[in-house]
Amino acid sequence: MSNKISETLTFECETGNYHTFCPISCVAWLYQKIEDSFFLVVGTKTCGYFLQNALGVMIFAEPRYAMAELEEGDISAQLNDYEELKRLCLQIKKNRNPSVIIWIGTCTTEIIKMDLEGMAPKLETEIGIPIVVARANGLDYAFTQGEDTVLAAMAHRCPERILSIDRKDKTIQDQTIQDLFSFLPPKKKEEILESKKLKKHPPLVLSGSLPSTVASQLSLELKRQSIQVSGWLPAQRYTDLPSLGEGVYVCGINPFLSRTATTLMRRRKCKLIGAPFPIGPDGTRAWIEKICSVFGIETHGLEEREQQMWESLKDYLDLVRGKSVFFMGDNLLEISLARFLIRCGMIVYEIGIPYLDKRYQAAELVLLQNTCENLCTPMPHIVEKPDNYNQIQRMRELQPDLAITGMAHANPLEARGINTKWSVEFTFAQIHGFTNARDVLELVTRPLRRNNGLENLGWTNLIKKENESKV
Amino acid sequence: MKLAYWMYAGPAHIGTLRVASSFKNVHAIMHAPLGDDYFNVMRSMLERERDFTPVTASIVDRHVLARGSQEKVVDNITRKDKEECPDLIVLTPTCTSSILQEDLQNFVDRASITSNSDVILADVNHYRVNELQAADRTLEQVVRYYLDKANRQGTLNKSITDKPSANIIGIFTLGFHNQHDCRELKRLLQDLDIKINQVIPEGGSVKNLKNLPKAWFNLVPYREVGLMTAIYLEKQFGMPYISTTPMGIVDTAECIRQIEKHVNKLNPNKTFNYEPYIDQQTRFVSQAAWFSRSIDCQNLTGKKAVVFGDATHAASITKILAREMGICVSCTGTYCIHDAEWFKEQVQGFSDEILITDNHTEVGDMIARIEPSAIFGTQMERHIGKRLDIPCGVISSPVHIQNFPLGYRPFLGYEGTNQIADLVYNSFTLGMEDHLLEIFGGHDTKEVITKSLSTDTDLTWNYESQLELNKIPGFVRGKIKRNTEKFARQNGITNITIEVMYAAKEALSA
Repeated sequence: MSNKISETLTFECETGNYHTFCPISCVAWLYQKIEDSFFLVVGTKTCGYFLQNALGVMIFAEPRYAMAELEEGDISAQLNDYEELKRLCLQIKKNRNPSVIIWIGTCTTEIIKMDLEGMAPKLETEIGIPIVVARANGLDYAFTQGEDTVLAAMAHRCPERILSIDRKDKTIQDQTIQDLFSFLPPKKKEEILESKKLKKHPPLVLSGSLPSTVASQLSLELKRQSIQVSGWLPAQRYTDLPSLGEGVYVCGINPFLSRTATTLMRRRKCKLIGAPFPIGPDGTRAWIEKICSVFGIETHGLEEREQQMWESLKDYLDLVRGKSVFFMGDNLLEISLARFLIRCGMIVYEIGIPYLDKRYQAAELVLLQNTCENLCTPMPHIVEKPDNYNQIQRMRELQPDLAITGMAHANPLEARGINTKWSVEFTFAQIHGFTNARDVLELVTRPLRRNNGLENLGWTNLIKKENESKV
Repeated sequence: MKLAYWMYAGPAHIGTLRVASSFKNVHAIMHAPLGDDYFNVMRSMLERERDFTPVTASIVDRHVLARGSQEKVVDNITRKDKEECPDLIVLTPTCTSSILQEDLQNFVDRASITSNSDVILADVNHYRVNELQAADRTLEQVVRYYLDKANRQGTLNKSITDKPSANIIGIFTLGFHNQHDCRELKRLLQDLDIKINQVIPEGGSVKNLKNLPKAWFNLVPYREVGLMTAIYLEKQFGMPYISTTPMGIVDTAECIRQIEKHVNKLNPNKTFNYEPYIDQQTRFVSQAAWFSRSIDCQNLTGKKAVVFGDATHAASITKILAREMGICVSCTGTYCIHDAEWFKEQVQGFSDEILITDNHTEVGDMIARIEPSAIFGTQMERHIGKRLDIPCGVISSPVHIQNFPLGYRPFLGYEGTNQIADLVYNSFTLGMEDHLLEIFGGHDTKEVITKSLSTDTDLTWNYESQLELNKIPGFVRGKIKRNTEKFARQNGITNITIEVMYAAKEALSA
């Protein structure tokens, strides 16, 4: 592949020999998000070892997840899967009493064809706890796609929403809220009145797991445009899953939720709002504008708000302008991040990405292309299923100012004088909405700021001569 | 099926990868699904490795599931052969390939025809052995492969070196303080006027393995990895080996005496006497013997401790605590279930109880029941200690990044005894200090929320904003609260809502 920068977006597909986290890692953030859940990963020691090392300290905080570790007897079907899972689930019920148990299927359960989907409903009625099955395995998916499989499975469990009854429900709900707060000082009532002033629009459900503070920030942004978010998938508790149905509009906040989107559209008859993702001020504005336009609402003050955010980022923008970036690709946030960084004035050579759903990410891709055109920046290569070996060869030639990469390559690249930022941090940091744009740049600029200080010391390259060519 | 939250020893392939990537110019190819190359992250992060970890995956995906790997594995081997010209490529099976039951040996045979590198299939079964057993086995397999090869080609050199020399077997990547231990062992052998023939696998070259038999004896510092190789070399070449771990003053002396015995047996002209060296080191170079005698250590007499870790470290530390420091080891244990007999024999008489388990909750319950003054264990025991407010010294894998120190911290040899003495003493004094603080009411630890001393405030937080504030993690909540109130005061706002909170965040971070 040539390193020439082209004028339209180019898509390529390599060998898929790249480093990423196993999708079962979604357990790490989802068990914290859904407070009354228990995640049971049905797999081997390999899966367990990965989780234990990837999650580090969290394991010691009595996590609400565990391995159902398959032993030789399970593999050779000497033991009865159903009885074994029942035994473990009863144990979990006794010790933790969760509102839902989520079974995470792994490579092993795929290969031995363990019928988790078949067993779950039977066991569910037997033990009286809902069991959701998500096949988040490394045979089919990468890293964040794990969340996608869990949310897609959960979409089936959301209560049905029938709009005519819903209107009635809503008035009742409003009444109860007023009753509740009648003892509070008058300002409370003003707030309730204000919320009543919100324009009437069909219910909107947002999909994607976010820390609750970020979720309320995004809800607040929409509220400013008179849009009420009627629910989140997932909610803070399993018992609070949003109701779905015909006439409900859904919108994703993360680029890796394509299965969830498909399930919401096809199985729950929801209408999908295809928008860029609210990452960076440009993305957030485009996301809100798209939602507003679907509901026929005119936005107000959005442009000023975006402008104001960009101004507040000025010190960071000065640092990144003109610098080049190389995304090795491992968490599917790459397109949105690249688009934001290009808008910040950076040059993106290559966007590696594990999997690209061109339909689900369509609006994001258009925004990427427009951003490049508006800023007269060369279009980046988009490389699906990248090959890390080839990428490192390309990087050697391009010498980017920053490589966004997994932890397996970060230290070796740093030793070769290439600044790196671990891609995993973007998954765990708060990066959505106007408020958090600064946090993204804080991450991106950290290696640049750190290495600015070290540059003059004269030891950028820290490897022995004979190892230089080794990849 | 087993409900498991945590494990002491990793899966088998990790052991194989640790051995393979410790050798110079050896590449491992895992037959595994996407995401199983987690080993690379561990090596790169924990060992802070500068070079790319020589491990790649031949990815098992849906297509492989449907049709078998076919050419894929062979192609990946020959590709790696061309790209990096390794001396050896080790095809590593994982739990996934164990069940797929593809004929990996066949792939290896085919690939070795076309590639310049040697190619072998690691002989480990995921469901039968753990990380440590697999590492032991893989090391033996590699050594055997190259000695057999040399034997066939007639390049095997069986004559021993003129001067006494030794191989150190079992130093490898991600081992607990292995690098430091290796340096200490080299120093020890140098002091004894013994040449180092080879250190394997860490930094060793497979091309040199044919020279292993030139050494006078093998030194196997750790019980877990290297013993199989040493036994093989003994059987095949009559090479004696020493498997006494030189940890602690008594065992280090014991190890040196065994070395003396073997060296003198092979050396008819000159008789070595290491006793003066042992005496000098014990009494004046190492501080540990003197420490045991000092009044500091007197205060530790009869204090209760619990030890848990791998067989080598748990056994050695138990002996040091009981024999060299007079500490009462209430319970000692190991997760090396496969080596339980040896362990029991070692700690016989040094501990009240013995616990053999790989279930960390059993260890936790035992610690809670005994309530020792200090724990010596792995990272897991450190966390158990945190929860129970008992200090813990980390003496064994599994460990976090802080147990890969940059400074010189061996556990073996005479410098190791100093390090261990520090570790033990610091664990206990911290515990005693803590205890005294509790008795006398502790430090003045009143929570400081605002920077001003006056508590009256003219600001009101509405219900939602209070809820929102409570969602913010405790350790930054105070700061967020202060900042928000500062922002509100500056802008003449008296009523704090969620909007105000986030406006404050934006304003202050700008």
